[in-house]
Amino acid sequence: MSYLTRRLSTFPLVMLGVSILVFVAIRMVPGDAITAMLGTEAGLLTPAQREALANYFGIDQPIAVQYWHWLLGVFRGDLGISVTYGKPVLGVILERFPLTLQLALMSMCVALLVGLPAGVFAATRNEKMSDLAVRIFAMIGQSTPNFVVGLLIIYALSAGFGILPTMGEFTPLLVDPLRNLGQMILPAVTLGFAFAASVTRISRSAMLDVLSDDYVRTARSKGVPKRSVIWRHALPNALIPVVTLSGVEFGYLLGGAVLVEQIYALPGLGRLVLDAILQRDYALVQGCVLFIAFNFMVVNLIVDLVYVALDPRIRLGEGG
Amino acid sequence: MTPLLSVSNLRVGFGRNPLENEVVRGVSFELAAGETLAIVGESGSGKSVTALSINRLVDFGGGKIISGTVNLARTGNSILDLAKADEPVLEKIRGSEIGMIFQEPMTSLNPVLTIGTQIEESFRLHRGLTGKQATAAAKDALDRVRIPDAARRLKYTPNQLSGGMLQRVMIATALACNPRLLIADEPTTALDVTVQAQIMALLAQLKRETGMAMIFITHDIGLVAGIADKVMVMQAGEAVEQGGLGDVLDRPQHPYTRHLLGAVPHFESGRAARSDYVRDQLEMASPALRVDGLTVRFKVAGGVFRRSPGSVHAVENIDFDLMPRETLAIVGESGSGKSTTARAILGLVHPTRGGFATHTGRIADATDPSVQMVFQNPYASLNPRLRVDSILAEPVIAAGGRVNGETRARMAALLKRVGLPENCLERYPHQFSGGQRQRLCIARALMLNPSIVVLDEAVSALDVSVQAKVLELLVDLQREYGLAYLFVSHDMAVVERIAHRIAVLYAGEIVEIGDAASVLSNPQHSYTKRLISAVPSIDRRNQHFELDTRQVPSLVRPPGFEPPVAQWRSFGPDHRARAEV
Repeated sequence: MSYLTRRLSTFPLVMLGVSILVFVAIRMVPGDAITAMLGTEAGLLTPAQREALANYFGIDQPIAVQYWHWLLGVFRGDLGISVTYGKPVLGVILERFPLTLQLALMSMCVALLVGLPAGVFAATRNEKMSDLAVRIFAMIGQSTPNFVVGLLIIYALSAGFGILPTMGEFTPLLVDPLRNLGQMILPAVTLGFAFAASVTRISRSAMLDVLSDDYVRTARSKGVPKRSVIWRHALPNALIPVVTLSGVEFGYLLGGAVLVEQIYALPGLGRLVLDAILQRDYALVQGCVLFIAFNFMVVNLIVDLVYVALDPRIRLGEGG
Repeated sequence: MTPLLSVSNLRVGFGRNPLENEVVRGVSFELAAGETLAIVGESGSGKSVTALSINRLVDFGGGKIISGTVNLARTGNSILDLAKADEPVLEKIRGSEIGMIFQEPMTSLNPVLTIGTQIEESFRLHRGLTGKQATAAAKDALDRVRIPDAARRLKYTPNQLSGGMLQRVMIATALACNPRLLIADEPTTALDVTVQAQIMALLAQLKRETGMAMIFITHDIGLVAGIADKVMVMQAGEAVEQGGLGDVLDRPQHPYTRHLLGAVPHFESGRAARSDYVRDQLEMASPALRVDGLTVRFKVAGGVFRRSPGSVHAVENIDFDLMPRETLAIVGESGSGKSTTARAILGLVHPTRGGFATHTGRIADATDPSVQMVFQNPYASLNPRLRVDSILAEPVIAAGGRVNGETRARMAALLKRVGLPENCLERYPHQFSGGQRQRLCIARALMLNPSIVVLDEAVSALDVSVQAKVLELLVDLQREYGLAYLFVSHDMAVVERIAHRIAVLYAGEIVEIGDAASVLSNPQHSYTKRLISAVPSIDRRNQHFELDTRQVPSLVRPPGFEPPVAQWRSFGPDHRARAEV
């Protein structure tokens, strides 16, 4: 597992780079934290009060010094205090994260359950009408913004069936699974729609490549039935690009889906980041971005490990 | 007695309109049980399509049987017309009654499944075996194709085995359920010559053991001689001649058969070697290229916490010199280091030790215009987006020159010289055939007026009749421009026709070097002997090879390893071989 240790050893370096970038970037946005926090009341502050506040939050010091203090905190497991929530940043993030993780997982399930079979089906009926239908559907799925899909789903359900999506206070999965799923299923479908379209397209083209490979011909020459040729011989070889795509998309979803969270009124990571940026809640933004970057790297690592499991030719960590 | 297989008036077309793209145009033949039919032809002759039509795999490649019958006598003497059979019926027949092996063992096995799983599959499908029984049957199948240590190898995935081993696995899979007909589509074309001999010997032996019939497709008439009872020669989708082995090979009737027999370079044990250049002592002082102790090693990467396990000694301490107007052939099998040697001389790989000098006195590197190269695959070595004039201008620009009227005149003259029409300067590579493309590559190599041309398997990818013409052109150009050729090849028959001298490479070292006639007629090193006896030939059609399961030795050596100093023995004025321990 020397590969794993090598990959893990790059984690801190990437995190360091990401944190410096975001630290500098957020401070280059016009406007300051105090104005953002106090709104119009900020105009009433005397310069001395302003300075005292800035000193209290530590934002009167040079960026490098601020960064250094923050970094020392990170090593102690302290990502700072969110000014908007008045709570430790890590706690705020971990409060929101289960929802985002659940949403991402559910969307991916929708995408794979719909996209893989659709792509495989289209590939086996290459250039026939049914293939064309799947391709058009996939094209629409990819090119429609997900807030449009979300609104259409809500409209169709309420106008057509009189069903309204379960709104109101978000219920965590463990508290009331049924109510939770009722709240989550529509957002998951909305996000999964475009995701499924991408999966369909990539699995279709990968399958088309694989189906003309020599070993598929060999399988047929052995008398392997069609179903088995497709699912047992061809599909495992076509999965690599699907895994790559799913990994990237899943990584994005873990960063939160602002629009869909907004439409369905879900308190996810996406809205947390957006609010934090609008509020100039420096500590929270930094914490969120760092957390998202970390998730992305974990997802990438998992993707690499899945590659190894799928294809024995990929031997990570061995020479060559 | 009814024949096992009877094909009559088979016509096969491709695409949306099969009638317009007819590839097989009315082929008929019969095959009795236990008989071997060889189908011979060049690429595009329809020989593979004919074979794929028998088990109807052609359907999956976009082909369609237009008319004709393919009658297979099944067990119990019922006759089934495969041309009209439905897919479920065909699935039952494939693998159980008709087995098939293909050209590329490296790509013909599923890379993500173990070979055990792939062999077992046949038993599961057609014999209903499961679990331990299937595994045991798979092990027996591997034993049958003489794969040593079969039980352990079942758990290997294809990337862990060599090409020759994989082709044995393919054969084991195809023969798993004892089919009465085996279709072998160029099963040895992608393999080294000694491995080819092994596979041919294995097929012949299995044929005797099982009494199966075989359809053997090949472009190499030399191979046909060793295995076939009947031969069918195909050209442009038609069978132009068929008959018994002796009749077709010794008394060919059709002009195309005679042409094929004439075009194929038959290996003649040194009798056909060139004699138009003899080394003389005066000239020896100024060779076109002198290689001195050339050594190329590639370090094997270790992990973060692991030391490198050593280096691959790809080329070890090679010496030779090459005179102007002389061809030195470097022969050896895959992994012997012959291509690495060529690449080092072009400056594409850095030698670990040793070096070489061209006649100009400078150490050759990638920018030395006096060394040029022609590659193996003319389809991959021309940029499809460049026009011919840009392709030919490329070496001039790379050498720092300017493209002017003189350059253009040289382009036109060279194209004419290599036998291409002058007006092709404005065309793109895809508008040429394989042979024409290779001529284009030769013209490109000659643009800078080199003194040395490295030809890396330069004719291996071409059809035999095209091959003969390109070889002829190379010989003419050599005389005309006084070129020195370094000809890298695995094909002994081709080497015999172009080489003045031969260096035999084995495991990165030269084991024998000398004038072509001596090396080929009187080989001294055991490896050279093995290599030469493996060359299929019409003369030795009845000779059989012993099965040999030795693997090529690994070239990975521990750090700091130095090979022992070679002892050489002389066998003539210009012929020496490494002493064997």
